[in-house]
Amino acid sequence: MEALLSISGVSKHFGGVTALDAVDLAIEHGAIFGLIGPNGAGKTTLFNVLTGLYAPDAGVFVFDGARLADLRPHRIAACGVARTFQNIRLFANMTALENVMVGRHVRTRAGVLGAIARNRATRAEEAAIIARAQNLLDYVGIAARANELAKNLPYGDQRRLEIARALATDPKLLALDEPAAGMNAAETGALRRLLERIRSDGTTILLIEHDVKLVMELCDRIAVLDYGKKIAEGAPREVQRDPVVIEAYLGGALA
Amino acid sequence: MADLIARWQVWKRDPRVAWSVYAALALLLAALPFIVGATAGNAWVRILASALLYIMLALGLNIVVGFAGLLDLGYVAFYAVGAYCYALLASPHFDLHLPAWLLLPLGALVAGAFGALLGAPTLRLRGDYLAIVTLGFGEIVRIFLNNLDAPINITNGPQGVDRIDPLRFGSLSLAKTHSLFGLDTPALYNYYYLFLLLALLVIFISLRLENSRIGRAWVAIREDETAAAAMGINTRNIKLLAFAMGATFGGLSGGLFASFQGFVSPESFTLIESVMILCMVVLGGMGHIPGVVFGAVLLVVLPEALRYTGDLQNALLGRIVVDPADLRLLLFGLALVTVMLLRPSGLWPSPIRKREFAAGE
Repeated sequence: MEALLSISGVSKHFGGVTALDAVDLAIEHGAIFGLIGPNGAGKTTLFNVLTGLYAPDAGVFVFDGARLADLRPHRIAACGVARTFQNIRLFANMTALENVMVGRHVRTRAGVLGAIARNRATRAEEAAIIARAQNLLDYVGIAARANELAKNLPYGDQRRLEIARALATDPKLLALDEPAAGMNAAETGALRRLLERIRSDGTTILLIEHDVKLVMELCDRIAVLDYGKKIAEGAPREVQRDPVVIEAYLGGALA
Repeated sequence: MADLIARWQVWKRDPRVAWSVYAALALLLAALPFIVGATAGNAWVRILASALLYIMLALGLNIVVGFAGLLDLGYVAFYAVGAYCYALLASPHFDLHLPAWLLLPLGALVAGAFGALLGAPTLRLRGDYLAIVTLGFGEIVRIFLNNLDAPINITNGPQGVDRIDPLRFGSLSLAKTHSLFGLDTPALYNYYYLFLLLALLVIFISLRLENSRIGRAWVAIREDETAAAAMGINTRNIKLLAFAMGATFGGLSGGLFASFQGFVSPESFTLIESVMILCMVVLGGMGHIPGVVFGAVLLVVLPEALRYTGDLQNALLGRIVVDPADLRLLLFGLALVTVMLLRPSGLWPSPIRKREFAAGE
């Protein structure tokens, strides 16, 4: 089967620093794909290039059978790639429900005239947006906080809200940047169940995560980045034993 | 007090109560020029009419600054575009006298196009940098109006355009006294009623936009532009739309202003006008429509009311100590500073923003 996302030869330089060096990746439909690596390895840069926040210096993205030619962020979201951010970026002064409603923007149509006239089509669309947003809040388990401002939510709920907002764009690929960062064991467990459920409901997941236990249990396949290069890829067990990976994480002396 | 507020919260949800309040308000607004005219004189009716113009301007700027979070210091340029659009096409200057029903929407449309045009180069700028560039645009438009009298005389330069046609819709001229139910409405009152209708229309459009897919996209961009783009919002188009919508309201008020005054000149469109309109938005409560309306009325009425400090001085001190004309702007400035220190989120912020402010403390 053809991969949902294949990345070939993607490079990105910042001045003299090579953040990504000819990275190749292929993510199968329905997989949970883990991306790990030491700090500064280029994981988040890869996310930013993939979602159009940075322009790549070289490389090609083929998503769902078509090459992503227009790499502006909103076009990529429209193609079906949604993401969360390492340092949570919610719309702080909007309610939880409104945050998710914004996520529906890319799948809805109403313009200025519709908003002013509030005709039947617009009202129906608006009602559908609200219903879907409420569903998604329920899905990630924070329905009770729908009308609270995003910035007043507890940390774990903010992470969940970001996932709900991303899911609202109907993504084929959900890219999560360290979703378990700062969570305790119970919260991480709940997050793991949520991600498994999202996968079983048909969304492919690309996951950056430092929590090794979570990555090993959750992912079907893992790629390891170090200094912008992919140094290993495979099933979790293989990657865990790979001497190159151990060296990257622990340093040459211990390997 | 808390009990009273709680009871009011329940009571006001009753639709009969809501409709009675609206009806009473409508009656009051309709009767206002007669009441004010009889008690305070027609000068104050004129002030009310200009307050209505500023409501439209402030709500236009509120879309750009309050909703989309784009600090625009050159907003008065769109007011100028609307005003000159009307003035040049309905005055003896070019001897053109196009009808008002065409010119008012045209002025709004042209200003909207200018909004998008001036917005386009600023798309990559945020915050202070955006403010500086928009400030420059505002000045450029004014200086153009000032200097476009040579080599071909288009704007008539600093002398401005005079003898602008009053508003006339078909055979109904707003410049004439009309008689309705035995009440005479002179020109001033006719303008008041037209401005009132259009201000209500602008409020209605603002409310509808606020609660829509587009309105949410504006606020999302204000909150976090990067995240908004990642969620699929075309930030370029949505920001241009904010500039264009805001400018449209500005252009509409400009056309009304030109016909109301009968005279426009570049002097009416200086930076201080932009700053005053911004003050109305910020002082009232950025992004909160009732607050912005309140801010606009207050900042038009307050400087005028402060002309009357002479009587107060006479009553309290027995003589006029400081000339009211000197005192007026000092008190006005003090009032602005005091309000912003005591209520930094505005006099009437949206309930949600107020809550967030309380949480922030």
